[in-house]
Amino acid sequence: MTSDLSFPERRTLIRLGAASMIVSAIPLTALADPADLTSAQRRLFGDREIKQGRVTLKLPAIAENGYSVPLSVDVDSPMTESDHVRQIAIFSPRNPIAEIVRFELGPRAGRASVSTRIRLGGTQTVQAVAELSDGSLWSGAAKTVVTLAACVVL
Amino acid sequence: MIRLSGLGLALVAVAACTPAAPPETHLDAPFERLQSGYDFLTPETQALQDDTFSNPGYLWVDRGAELFNTSDADAPSCASCHTTGLAGVAASYPAIDSDSGQLLNLEGRINTCRERHQHLPALDYESDALRALSAYIANQSHGLPLSVDISGAAATHYANGRDYFFTRRGQLNLSCHQCHDQNAGKRLRGDTISQGHGNGFPAYRLEWQTLGSLQRRIFDCDTGVRAEPLPLGSQTYIDLELYLSARANGLAMESPAIRR
Amino acid sequence: MASIRLSVPATAKRGDVIELKALIQHPMESGYRRGSRGEAIPRNIITRFECRYDGETVFAADFHPGIAADPFLTFHTRATRSGPVLFRWTDQHGESWQETAMLTVT
Repeated sequence: MTSDLSFPERRTLIRLGAASMIVSAIPLTALADPADLTSAQRRLFGDREIKQGRVTLKLPAIAENGYSVPLSVDVDSPMTESDHVRQIAIFSPRNPIAEIVRFELGPRAGRASVSTRIRLGGTQTVQAVAELSDGSLWSGAAKTVVTLAACVVL
Repeated sequence: MIRLSGLGLALVAVAACTPAAPPETHLDAPFERLQSGYDFLTPETQALQDDTFSNPGYLWVDRGAELFNTSDADAPSCASCHTTGLAGVAASYPAIDSDSGQLLNLEGRINTCRERHQHLPALDYESDALRALSAYIANQSHGLPLSVDISGAAATHYANGRDYFFTRRGQLNLSCHQCHDQNAGKRLRGDTISQGHGNGFPAYRLEWQTLGSLQRRIFDCDTGVRAEPLPLGSQTYIDLELYLSARANGLAMESPAIRR
Repeated sequence: MASIRLSVPATAKRGDVIELKALIQHPMESGYRRGSRGEAIPRNIITRFECRYDGETVFAADFHPGIAADPFLTFHTRATRSGPVLFRWTDQHGESWQETAMLTVT
C-alpha cells in the first residue's frame, strides 16, 4: 500500500478557506434518505417483524471523530446447533449507505459477540438487527453524538 | 464561597504534591505541567492507543520491523549495522548530524543513512516505507523522555524554530503560540486545544485515517490557520520540530500514538 | 502489501469459546471524498472477510464504506481441534490477502 497524498496548493486553499471552515469534517458528504434504511432492512430480511430485545449494541456516548467509532454488538443466544444467531446487520439512518456491515455467524461462532470500528456521518442512533436460527428478527440500538474537530484539513 | 475556597485549598494541596519539573524542560512555555495530547483524548481513544494489538499504528511498526531487518538488493539491512536496535535514539531527534553539520529529524536521519550507508534512494515523506521505519524506530523509545540537545550548532536552529512558533501567519493571523501556549486546555468546537507536543508522532490521526509524521501535522496546522504551508521536510519545519521537542523535553514518547 | 495483525490464543481446551482479533492495513476509501483539487476519489474498499477453521467458515462479514480505515474485528469461535485458523480479506476488485495462525486444542 502506498500513500498518495496530494497536498493542496495555496490558491486552492484560499478558495476552499471560507467554505471548509463551515462545512468542516463531516466525513460522508451525503445524508441517507430515511427510506434507504427501510429498504436496506427489507432487502436483507423481507417484510418480517423485527422485535426489540436480545440485541445489545454499544457505542461511545460521544465520538470525537466520525471516521472511527468503536462498536460492539452482543446477542443473547446459546449459540447451539438448534438455537443460534445466523447474522447481524448494523444500520445507520444518516450515512450515505444505510448498511454499515453484516456479520455471518453460526453455531461454530460459540458466542454472538462482535466488535469493529465504524464511520458515522453525524450524531445518530445506530441500529443492529439479528436474525436467529428460528427465523425471528431482534434489534437493539445506541446513540452517539459525533463532535466536530477544531481545525480541519480535508 | 466556602465551597469555592475549599476547592482552592484542594488544588493548592494537589499542586504542592506535584514534583516541580526541572526548569530547562519548560523553556518559555507557560505550563505548570507538561501534558501529552493523550490527556486531551476521550477514554475510548486513550484505550485504543493503549491497546498494543488493536492500535492501528502498530501496522506500520510491524512493517517497519520487517523493513529494518530486510536487505534490499546489494544494500545491507539497517539491522546489520544497528545490531542492538535503536532504543532511546528517536527521543533525541531532531539532532545535529556530526558528518554534515545539518539538523536532521528522524525521517531525515533514516534517509541520510539510506543514501550514505545503504546507497539506496531517499524515501518520500509520507511514503508507506518511511512512515513504517520511523514508527518502528520511534516506538523503540516508547515511554522514554524526550531529550533533545539545543546546544552548539543546534542553537540557531532552535532559535529559528522558536521564531516560527511565535510568528502570526495565515488568513487567521494566528501563531502556534496563541493556540498552544495561551489557549491550551480551552475548548475550540468539539476539541480541547492541546499543548502542541509532538511526543506521539509518527501518530495515527483519526482525521487522517492513517499514520503520519509530525511534519504532516505541522503542515496541517499551517493550513488550518490558512497560511501557505511549507514543503514536508523543509529546514524551517525541522527547526520548528526541534523547538517543539525541546519545549516538550521530559515528556514520555508515545509513538504510535492515536490523535484526533 | 497489506500489513496484517492477528490475535489467536496458542492453545485452548476443546469446547472453549476463544476470542479472535484481526486488523488489516487498508484505506477503505469510501468513494464520498474529494481531493484537494475537487476531484472525486474513487471507492476502494474491502468487501468481504472470512475466517475458516476446522473445515468450515466459522465467521464472515460483508463490509461497506461505513467500516473505518484499517478494518478491525473481534469475534469468537469454539475450539474443536488443532489446526490452522485462516483469515481472508477480499476487496471490491477481487484482490485478497490472507494469513493463518495455528491453534493447539487440548
